[in-house]
Amino acid sequence: MSTVSTTTPVAAEEAARGENAFLAYTRNYGRKLRGGDLGALPAVAGLVVLCLVFAVARPSFATPINIANLFTQGAPVMVIAMGLVFVLLLGEIDLSAGFTSGVCAAVLAILLTNEGWPWYGAVAVSIATGTAIGLLLGFLVAKVGIPSFVVTLAAFLAFQGVVLKLLKEGTNISIRDNQTVIIALENEYMTPLLGWAFVGIVVVAFAAVQIVSKLKRTGRRLTSDPWQIIGVRIAGLAVVLSVFAAILNQERSRNPAIFGSLKGIPIIVPIIAVLLVVWTLVLKRTRFGRHVYAVGGNTEAARRAGIAVDRIRISAFVICSSMAAVGGIIAASNGRSVDPNTGGSNVLLYAVGAAVIGGTSLFGGRGRVLDAVLGGAVVAVINNGMGLMGFDAWVKFVVTGSVLLLAASVDALSRRRSSVS
Amino acid sequence: MTSETPAPPLLELRGVNKSFGPVHVLRDVDFTVRAGEVTALVGDNGAGKSTLVKCISGIYTTDTGEFYMDGERAHIHGPRDAAHHGIEIVYQDLALCDNLDIVQNMFLGRERKSGLILDEPSMEQLAAKTLAGLSVRTVSSVRQLVSSLSGGQRQTVAIAKAVLWNSRLVILDEPTAALGVAQTAQVLELVRRLADNGLAVVLISHNMNEVFAVSDRIATLYLGRMAAQVKTTDVTHAQVVELITAGRTGTLGLQPEEAL
Repeated sequence: MSTVSTTTPVAAEEAARGENAFLAYTRNYGRKLRGGDLGALPAVAGLVVLCLVFAVARPSFATPINIANLFTQGAPVMVIAMGLVFVLLLGEIDLSAGFTSGVCAAVLAILLTNEGWPWYGAVAVSIATGTAIGLLLGFLVAKVGIPSFVVTLAAFLAFQGVVLKLLKEGTNISIRDNQTVIIALENEYMTPLLGWAFVGIVVVAFAAVQIVSKLKRTGRRLTSDPWQIIGVRIAGLAVVLSVFAAILNQERSRNPAIFGSLKGIPIIVPIIAVLLVVWTLVLKRTRFGRHVYAVGGNTEAARRAGIAVDRIRISAFVICSSMAAVGGIIAASNGRSVDPNTGGSNVLLYAVGAAVIGGTSLFGGRGRVLDAVLGGAVVAVINNGMGLMGFDAWVKFVVTGSVLLLAASVDALSRRRSSVS
Repeated sequence: MTSETPAPPLLELRGVNKSFGPVHVLRDVDFTVRAGEVTALVGDNGAGKSTLVKCISGIYTTDTGEFYMDGERAHIHGPRDAAHHGIEIVYQDLALCDNLDIVQNMFLGRERKSGLILDEPSMEQLAAKTLAGLSVRTVSSVRQLVSSLSGGQRQTVAIAKAVLWNSRLVILDEPTAALGVAQTAQVLELVRRLADNGLAVVLISHNMNEVFAVSDRIATLYLGRMAAQVKTTDVTHAQVVELITAGRTGTLGLQPEEAL
């Protein structure tokens, strides 16, 4: 949630008269929803409903071990979707993000396993590969002027070939167990104590940001969100995180004596959290982020305002492909190997779906990095829950496709609604 | 509104020529804009109004001709030079981003920062102050998205955006073309207020009622020439229409041999 106030005069007057600011805020929020600005509501509601349905239908869904799996399974898609948000905000698309992650994962695996590089070198080169790919795609879109759909569709095909070539026509390169850092990304867990410390730090930091910004705004006599809302937000975050921490800190190993203890929050969770915070800051609180929104909203207006539109476009593709590389590294860790299918099949559609389900518009100009995480969670829950229900693969595909279509319809309809007024 | 002893012109153009290939769009145009006045720029389609405005704002470079700001020679080679001289344009098609709020739009491209982070409170404060300074009461919250505003409110925001930058000359390209009656009145009131606040305003318009309602002077372009630049109080509707359509009216305007 941004701290930007959207208080209308009615609400402001009520607040000034010392009347119930909380009610005014909620009324204002309702007004916003009716105006077509649904925000995170569909994704959160969908997530809750899906979780309840699966938990009732399959008790094994709500077990600690499956909840931990949800995080690790969803991570690669979430990370790729975070990068895609930047491209989608411009009203562009990157269809090659999936195979970009595959290429970068292959580079990582070759350097680690075949060449025996240290993890940091391999990770650096892998991400640099993603950056280079983003530069190329961005250049072709922004400078040459080819529609991004075509550029990235071509890249989608070409990178599929590149992965095959890198992996010598389809062999599978495993990440050896001695690569502890890479393996740890998706297969290690924080100690319970560290997990609680993490939850504490996140909640305190969130509260501090909210309160400081509220005080700053009231100090300048600007309208700000009522204290009750800020309290609800902080408490809500604390409760949700605590519940997850409590569940994940339970013993998940069937027989700790033999298989070893298995408990704690997956390492990937704080990594996702850091990426989420960093990219949200970039998008919401920097000049660059503001310009991304402006170019997505009205390219001509952005150009007249002196914004270097081409540079913004290229940067968005660079961020997208670089994040795809990070997603590829996480996928490699998850599978402990890289094969020609890494980043292939449905990864891209899941990532685009994640962003759109989360509330990022395909028309550009509207979206948040948080959308990628929320939508990624929805996708992961559908995927995981349907697997547990024992549905065939085809049902999974059809359902996920339908959810993506549903989210895109909501996007299109809410856009029409807000343009009518 | 017009004073008998006019202030020295804020902007003066002398002998401006501009061609696009073989097409001679502006011919020896002289144009004067004074602070505290609304100068209406009128002319038929293709008379060169937009080209002239784009030359002033630095989007086009002139072939020949001289610019003077406050009587001193000025060189405008690009939009940045124009902005540096305090020249701001409000475009006909409103250069606003629907997905951003009023503050974000007003500061677009010139955001204030503290460190790496945007300084939202100070931008919001200044935006609110600017709107209040223009006595804008139609906009309820500066954190409203522009998509939720009416046409008149949008135009208001676009004008406020131009005023925000300590601008001295605001050029409005048909600001009321797409507006209803009430909204047009609002915007014209705002235009008048800009001039009363001491700014120089150039208003491009096709609507004679509008021109006579708010302008202090009328400059008429006819086929790329400045037919006449006169005080609004000195001419009638019919005379201006004649200037626009024929380039002259009685002794005013281009001489017959010139006009051809």
